[in-house]
Amino acid sequence: MGRITLDKVRKSFGEVEVIPPLDLTIEDGEFVVFVGPSGCGKSTLLRLIAGLEDVSGGEIRIDGQDATMVPPAKRGLAMVFQSYALYPHMSVRKNIAFPLRMAKMDAAEQERRVKAAADVLNLTDYLDRRPGQLSGGQRQRVAIGRAIVREPAAFLFDEPLSNLDAALRVGMRLEISELHKRLKTTMIYVTHDQVEAMTMADKIVVLRAGHIEQVGSPLELYRNPRNVFVAGFIGSPKMNLVDGPIAASHDAATIGIRPEHIRVSDEAGDWLGKVGVSEHLGSDTFFHVTCEGISEPLTVRVGGEVDLRYGDKVWLSPDPDHLHRFDDKGLRIA
Amino acid sequence: MAPAVFLLLVWMLVPLCMTLWFSLRDYRPLRGGDLGFVGLENFARFVSSSSFWPAVLTTVLIVGGVLLVSIIFGVLLAMLLDQPMWGQGIVRILVIAPFFVMPTVSALVWKNMFMDPTNGVFAHIWRAFGADPVVWLTDVPILSLILIISWQWLPFATLILLTAFQSLDSEQLEAAEMDGANPLARFFFIALPHLSRAITIVILIQTIFLLAVFAEIFVTTGGAFGTRTLTYLIYQRVLESQNVGLGSAGGVYAIILANIVALFLMRIVGKNLDR
Ligand SMILES: Nc1ncnc2c1ncn2[C@@H]1O[C@H](COP(=O)(O)OP(=O)(O)OP(=O)(O)O)[C@@H](O)[C@H]1O
Ligand SMILES: [Mg+2]
Repeated sequence: MGRITLDKVRKSFGEVEVIPPLDLTIEDGEFVVFVGPSGCGKSTLLRLIAGLEDVSGGEIRIDGQDATMVPPAKRGLAMVFQSYALYPHMSVRKNIAFPLRMAKMDAAEQERRVKAAADVLNLTDYLDRRPGQLSGGQRQRVAIGRAIVREPAAFLFDEPLSNLDAALRVGMRLEISELHKRLKTTMIYVTHDQVEAMTMADKIVVLRAGHIEQVGSPLELYRNPRNVFVAGFIGSPKMNLVDGPIAASHDAATIGIRPEHIRVSDEAGDWLGKVGVSEHLGSDTFFHVTCEGISEPLTVRVGGEVDLRYGDKVWLSPDPDHLHRFDDKGLRIA
Repeated sequence: MAPAVFLLLVWMLVPLCMTLWFSLRDYRPLRGGDLGFVGLENFARFVSSSSFWPAVLTTVLIVGGVLLVSIIFGVLLAMLLDQPMWGQGIVRILVIAPFFVMPTVSALVWKNMFMDPTNGVFAHIWRAFGADPVVWLTDVPILSLILIISWQWLPFATLILLTAFQSLDSEQLEAAEMDGANPLARFFFIALPHLSRAITIVILIQTIFLLAVFAEIFVTTGGAFGTRTLTYLIYQRVLESQNVGLGSAGGVYAIILANIVALFLMRIVGKNLDR
């Protein structure tokens, strides 16, 4: 079991309030991703849940039990750190067995669990090596191994993949999702990476300056962002946001339109623009188009076969069904 | 650069060669002068003398004792100084201060201000509790010397261990905390192994210097009450017995011993650095 409830949890470092009162419920077995700009308090929130920081107010409940004052080791949570935090002088086997050893589990059971974890994570051949003799991806797996042997109520990950190269990230991303499907244990995952958030999460929590801006499934957030911030934050490339008279003509302070929801034509359309830089990804092409009356260039996604050149004139038309409208406070207009 | 190397070589080689040369001769400046070659006789006489083994034991006790005290207290002090506290800079300077006091001065201060059986601070404390003052340098001479020398070397050990502590990744400690390690387990399983290299370096450097400790013994016990170390024995042979040949042979032993220690410890450090 691993149902985690935050009830008006606050955190200040001295004078600075990093997390104003915040409510959040994480259901058992859910894969929750925290995203937000740098410094918004994602790590702090995770560390509060882990018990590595003391809350300044509010209550944390794990499976209904008040865990606010419970020391980290007793919360039944396991954490995977960005730096892996492996013990450099211990072999992989000892690293993975460390929490079991601290729990004074008998040697045979320790060995069995280490073996099982090593099997799952493809570490069997490396059990006698030191962390220093492993690659980044292998170290990451050892850190995960050390977390899973404890059979925790929930896993906490703080940007676990940010030290890996792009190819390895994709692999580890799948492995972690796979692990979640298999263990069905609650996972809380902090990341900067759009793709990680969109592909792995059951539920995304978007944070800004310690506030929760929106909570929902990846597609919910993608299709119905509650405000301008979420609209601009979720999705890569970003949603195009347009204000001024054009937005006003749609009865909104700001309108948003995703790159894939703009139709391109060389004959007719709503906005006339000039093609700037284009990014060819093979399957798709992203054009940056500067339009009259719109300050920022718009990003437009078209199929890979469309051939437009720098300086070409094009007409763009937003798909009215997928137009997002926001009022002057940045909130979505239904 | 070449002149500097030349100077250094002369500086080191001339005394070394002279020691080797005298160790093979029977040379007693005030009692007959240079009496010619005697082969290895000085070497045999130095180790067969009745004072040799006791001197070895004293040396081991003092070096070992100081190492033990300075490392145990060095770790504790380093841990304390690593905590954030008010006036950190000043406290750190104060902790390092003893290192800058000359050995002769610090030994004299200890002898006269702390360990003096009638006027020393310790004697006053003992009397305040109604106990008989300890006559430190006579009753527990080796312990007293260990105390004095440790006081001088503790800052060095603390400083090196403190830097080692500061390089310990705090996430490792947090990971251990989440893994259920209590503070004691965190110290023994995480912090201490992290310090092992620094501890080896402290042992290496201190051993080499401690083998040569002289001033502290000279101004306190003068080698009496079983505080005669190898270094002190050599000094006595040369200057008190006026037997330069015998003393030089002892000096050669000391050179060999120091080199063995250095070599042995270098290997440990080398191995440590590999990880
Ligand atoms: N120990 C601390 N003392 C004081 N301020 C802190 C401390 N830890 C974090 N902060 C502040 O709290 C805020 C949130 O930090 P946090 O590390 O949670 O951000 P984050 O969302 O994880 O950022 P990133 O994505 O860069 O990792 C930051 O403004 C940071 O400066
Ligand atoms: Mg962070």
